[in-house]
Amino acid sequence: MSGGHSSYTPNSGIEKWFDARLPLPRLLYDSFVAYPVPRNLNYAYAFGGILAIMLVSQILTGVVLAMHYAASTGIAFNSVEKIMRDVNSGWLLRYLHSNGASMFFLAVYIHIFRGLYYGSYKAPRELLWILGVIILLLMMATAFMGYVLPWGQMSFWGATVITGFFTAFPIIGDPIQQLLLGGFAVDNPTLNRFFSLHYLLPFMIAGVVVLHVWALHVTGQTNPTGIEVKSKTDTVAFTPYATVKDAFGLVLFLILFAYFVFYLPNFMGHPDNYIQADSLKTPAHIVPEWYFLPFYAMLRAITFNIGPINSKLGGVLTMFGSIAILFLVPWLDTSKVRSAVYRPWYKLFFWIFVANAIMLGWLGSRPAEGLYVVFSQLGTAYYFGFFIVLMPLLGLVETPRRLPNSITEAVLAKTKGGGRPVGVTAAPETKG
Amino acid sequence: MKKILLGLAAAGLGTMLAFGTVATAEEAHNAAEPTHFPIKKPEEMNWTFAGPFGRYDKQQLQRGLKIYKEVCSACHSMNLVAFRSLAELGYSDAQIKAFAAEYEVPGEPNADGEPTTRKAIPADHFPSPYANPEAAAAANGGAVPPDFSLIAKARAVERGFPRFLIDIFTQYQEGGPDYIHALLTGFNETPPEGMQIPEGTHYNPFFIAAKSLKMAQPLQDGQVTYDDGSPQTLTQYSQDVAAFLMWAAEPHLEARKKTGFRVMLFLVLFAGLIYVAKRRIWSDVEH
Repeated sequence: MSGGHSSYTPNSGIEKWFDARLPLPRLLYDSFVAYPVPRNLNYAYAFGGILAIMLVSQILTGVVLAMHYAASTGIAFNSVEKIMRDVNSGWLLRYLHSNGASMFFLAVYIHIFRGLYYGSYKAPRELLWILGVIILLLMMATAFMGYVLPWGQMSFWGATVITGFFTAFPIIGDPIQQLLLGGFAVDNPTLNRFFSLHYLLPFMIAGVVVLHVWALHVTGQTNPTGIEVKSKTDTVAFTPYATVKDAFGLVLFLILFAYFVFYLPNFMGHPDNYIQADSLKTPAHIVPEWYFLPFYAMLRAITFNIGPINSKLGGVLTMFGSIAILFLVPWLDTSKVRSAVYRPWYKLFFWIFVANAIMLGWLGSRPAEGLYVVFSQLGTAYYFGFFIVLMPLLGLVETPRRLPNSITEAVLAKTKGGGRPVGVTAAPETKG
Repeated sequence: MKKILLGLAAAGLGTMLAFGTVATAEEAHNAAEPTHFPIKKPEEMNWTFAGPFGRYDKQQLQRGLKIYKEVCSACHSMNLVAFRSLAELGYSDAQIKAFAAEYEVPGEPNADGEPTTRKAIPADHFPSPYANPEAAAAANGGAVPPDFSLIAKARAVERGFPRFLIDIFTQYQEGGPDYIHALLTGFNETPPEGMQIPEGTHYNPFFIAAKSLKMAQPLQDGQVTYDDGSPQTLTQYSQDVAAFLMWAAEPHLEARKKTGFRVMLFLVLFAGLIYVAKRRIWSDVEH
């Protein structure tokens, strides 16, 4: 933790020269070499590093793609096809970028689920969690605007539907929508401002990521036991231990990424986006990208009016609420125990929450009719119920399992019998 | 980690059960007045370009080009594909030059400012048979024939659950060509009793958007003469033109799959090396 003293000692002359003027090597050394991490981190903790790499990858491929892209309704679609056909390795850049967005979201969802499972949002890491939710929001805005740029049918109609959400708000709704669109319908001004913002937001994400990592390095990482680091034996140095473990996780993730880029590049896309945008032809089903589907399902689940709130506004509020509620998670969870490992009931409801999120995703891809709506409503109820009812309630009524005294104790209890002589570690109850 | 995997499996199983319940609860289709299209799912064909080592069959692409040129191009443009890219089909520069010269494209205005036309050169793209979309619509009963540059990626019949998950492992990306083949061979079917087919349209149970479409059956047995001895049948024609359109939509497919193999090989070896390093580094720490 950065509260401790720096263990960096400049060896060479140039290091000393730098350290006296701009201690950047010291910062890097303390943050990524000597920085102590819990020794019991599993591969679920590799996704932070994976996300950092994905952000860099998206920015690098995106910057090159922007050199060949033209943000104008008349030529945007063809300029993307020019990248695919005539730019050297353009097909690779574009498939990396479009599939990279999907992989980015896959990784961020696993990262968030990991945080929910191990209680990573609990004090003193509330700000760390909130910064993460802000990154998620920025990612969603960036991805949505990026999907509009190829100017295909789904780009156009997705933009029409999503900006249309804002008209649900009374009085301020229409002005907001017109500001977003730069007019009264999705057109050239929309495409231009979306391109501008799509280029800007990733750098804002990078800024918040710096804060996110800073906050992480102040509080230190959580770990599967949820017990704070108490002694030096609880931790190992970031390098080489965490570096090599994260690197292995990253390469496995890259294998998945490459598999989609090279063998299934259009699996996550929609065929309609290979048809140029046409404001006179509405696609049969307008579907967002897969990573927005759970939220889309919740939007469409509200088919009824609630008092003065009509179903449209209700749906929009539900959708925005489903993200907004994440900001409150640190205070909704009343449990004194951090990790789900020691919370049998929370663990059960957590996995139901994961299954429910996947089900909502599938429902989001279905037409809003018949039983699909009923299931979407049940799914939405569970989504919110998990945060508003289960989280506060479980903390009060659940009896957690006995916690180990320290990370070291937990680790040794787990590996007991594995690396030690037989007899010494045999459990008393197996004797006689 | 084991518990996480078990949990994931349980979550997946629960979700699948929920999916099954919803899917089976879907309304039964009415044969005479279907609401979901296409009425029939396309058959999965064998394509040389499928799978991790897929390659285009140049002979087949050449036959497909012949069909496009002699039949499809009467109505359908292909304005993203340049003549020069036909080199990938195995044609020589001279052949491409001669091929392009058969097309007329708009030229520079002459000295009096009058518009002119000229013979196409390899750098030109396949031109549209119509002067503008309005002319195309007028000549085709109000429906503009779609451009063919991307048609093989712009059409795919939804796979449904759980097939879309299996597709990840079988690397199924041939929904477009399968659809084109099914549509071209699907005109002979007779509509179910009681079904109303609108005037000026043609029933095709494989059509993605409705029960019938404006286009009449474009290809018949023996319509195009092949000079390489391939069977001159409708099913052969449909597969050849579908393969050609896949190439038109994804000209760098071979390079993609070849690069992919090297990348995967590298990543798997690299992962092995890092794993060994990780084992060594962590060998002195219980975790």
